[in-house]
Amino acid sequence: MRRKTVSLCIFILVLFGFALWSIVPVNAKLLGPNGLRLGLDLKGGSQLLYEADLSKKNPSVTDAEAMSAVIGKIQRRVNEYGVAEPTIQKQGTDRILLQLPGIEDINRAISLIGETGLLYFAEQEFDEYGKPVFDEEGNPVFEDEPAEAVSKDGNAEELTGKYLKRAWRDLGAFNEPIVRFEWDSEGAHLFEQITERNLHKQLAILVDEKVISAPVVQAIIGGSGQIKGNFTLDEAEDLVTQLNSGALDVPLELIDQRDVDASLGADSVRKSILAAEIGLILLLLFMLLYYRLPGLIACISLGIYGVFLLAIFRVFHANLTLTLPGIAAAILSLGMAVDANILIFERLKEELRAGRTLGAAVEAGFNRAWTAIRDSNITTFIACFILFWLGGTFGAFMVRGFALTLFIGVALSMFTAIVITRTFLRLIVSSRLPASLAAYGVKK
Amino acid sequence: MIDFVGRKKWFSLISAVVVIVAIISLAVFELQPGIDFTGGTSMTLHFTPQVKQEQLRRELTNLGHPEAIVQKSGEDFLIRLKAISPQERENFTEGLETSLGSDITARDYNTISPSIATETARNAGIAVMIAAVAMLLYIAWAFRRMPNPFRWGICAIIALIHDVLIVTGIFSILGQIANVEINAMFITGLLAVVGYSVNNTVVVFDRIRENMAKGISRDFAVVVNDSLIETVARSLNTSLTTLCVVLALFLFGGATIHLFVSVLLIGLIAGTYSSLFVAGPLLVTWEKREWGQLFSWLPFVKKPA
Repeated sequence: MRRKTVSLCIFILVLFGFALWSIVPVNAKLLGPNGLRLGLDLKGGSQLLYEADLSKKNPSVTDAEAMSAVIGKIQRRVNEYGVAEPTIQKQGTDRILLQLPGIEDINRAISLIGETGLLYFAEQEFDEYGKPVFDEEGNPVFEDEPAEAVSKDGNAEELTGKYLKRAWRDLGAFNEPIVRFEWDSEGAHLFEQITERNLHKQLAILVDEKVISAPVVQAIIGGSGQIKGNFTLDEAEDLVTQLNSGALDVPLELIDQRDVDASLGADSVRKSILAAEIGLILLLLFMLLYYRLPGLIACISLGIYGVFLLAIFRVFHANLTLTLPGIAAAILSLGMAVDANILIFERLKEELRAGRTLGAAVEAGFNRAWTAIRDSNITTFIACFILFWLGGTFGAFMVRGFALTLFIGVALSMFTAIVITRTFLRLIVSSRLPASLAAYGVKK
Repeated sequence: MIDFVGRKKWFSLISAVVVIVAIISLAVFELQPGIDFTGGTSMTLHFTPQVKQEQLRRELTNLGHPEAIVQKSGEDFLIRLKAISPQERENFTEGLETSLGSDITARDYNTISPSIATETARNAGIAVMIAAVAMLLYIAWAFRRMPNPFRWGICAIIALIHDVLIVTGIFSILGQIANVEINAMFITGLLAVVGYSVNNTVVVFDRIRENMAKGISRDFAVVVNDSLIETVARSLNTSLTTLCVVLALFLFGGATIHLFVSVLLIGLIAGTYSSLFVAGPLLVTWEKREWGQLFSWLPFVKKPA
């Protein structure tokens, strides 16, 4: 018995040492770049939920293929844009959840990421007399359909951005930003026929059905071309990114957007830490005054619990994100962690009052409290699972953060109460230190 | 010591009054659904230099948003609109900055399309329902060795519904008097309360189960009452410690999770009450078929001899 207690004690100390090592020094390491992974509500950033219109996909691919192609392209665009630690996840069958921490110009990011980016050309419309058609404002009218040409294997193909080898930003003759592009061999073959057909006519360059420019074709060109479109530097840059990533396979609609300013996030972190400190002090005072010696042990195991919880978030920072409701869950689970201790101590007091020896009372207290701890915490776990599911059905990372943290917190609290508090109490019992029952809050 | 079971008619009177007020309030005022459930745009804007609320309201109408709701929150303004696109947002912000001559920092910005909002509302309802059924099944399983295990489960679920009604009822009143809107975090808090409420009830039930096995009395009412007396210290202490931390979050935790924490706070108090005064006494009433006695405060119920 005693030997088992000692070895458990060593096990706890080693585990505690490892946990402590993983989080100390607290400020530099924990809140640094490789420390805890903070959610958007704490560090600021934007969360976007897109819904794909899968009815517009190419019928020859499955829904899942179309979605993973879109996600791959979004990934490229986000990386190109330069967001630190973005997350891109598929949700359900037709949704994509994007988290962009620390992003500044969110509107630019939205148009860069969410617009399809389909490049194509349209020929001028001519009436039956061969005269170009103009609208009321005197602008030339272009065909609705993308320009086609005969491919190398003899089929009529639309010339679109999918035949691009690459695109890049450049400066034009007047130092204005332009976009240059290069076709692959099939694209060059098609482009040559189209420019030949439209020599000295206007040819519209469109991205997502919007005319970017409509230059007059000066010569038959094959391999490459350029787009001048009164771009700002950013616009040219974003078009290049879209062209290089390829057009999205299905159009996306932004259905849920949540932005948090970094200053608000920092404010939340500060306030939560303050609240946690005050709550913790109240809690510890209560435990010490009401439960005396076991209360002290509970305080120590709560301290260990806190260190373990932080260590879990630190060690698994790739998968676990700390959000504001997550902090609330951690603080709440702290209150519940005390619950397991209270259940045990109340039991312990009863057993002592019933006249058992200290050692027997400790064992009986733990054994009898166990069913209550187990059965009651399982109900909390059920609530956590349902919340986790609910959080996954829409873009609420906050809901999932709460559910996951509460789950971890309650599971850990069971471990601290059952293993750590028990081991410490056994150690004290076997050391025969305090003989007075008053130390356990029992009046004789 | 308190005679929990003997005074059950008084406790049932208190519960009934509170629950009926809650139901009436829910029926009359309803809950004010936030943009999570209706779709729309909400933002917290900070103006440098500061602007006046009436001024802001006027400019919003000029910009074509007469539907906008403006609330002051500290030094910032909380604005709610119909759902707008990123392009509209740009025009909106620029329009405000020019007409008010003030720089805008968006502290937060949310826009949710009505389609996903409807889905969220539906899923939230489903989640609360699944939670209740899952708890019922679990308790029936955990107390499978007891006679009528489903009865235990149903009593715990009635206590749970009692708590949920109180929380939502209070929020419907708050919605009416203080324009408090419910959001996805409200549902999260509600589900946490559901977990907590049943958690407390199960601890009490666990003791009843143990005392039944011990055979401390033939009278089920005595077993339940003794069990309640034995667990009351634990129930109150646990609630007090949890209350300590939740209260600290409520007072110092910042505006973002204020609504969420208030749900927890109210639910915690209701959950503690119901686990002591609702679930156990209800179990006894059911066992003894003393429904008349439970509702003897009603004028038309025949008084037991």
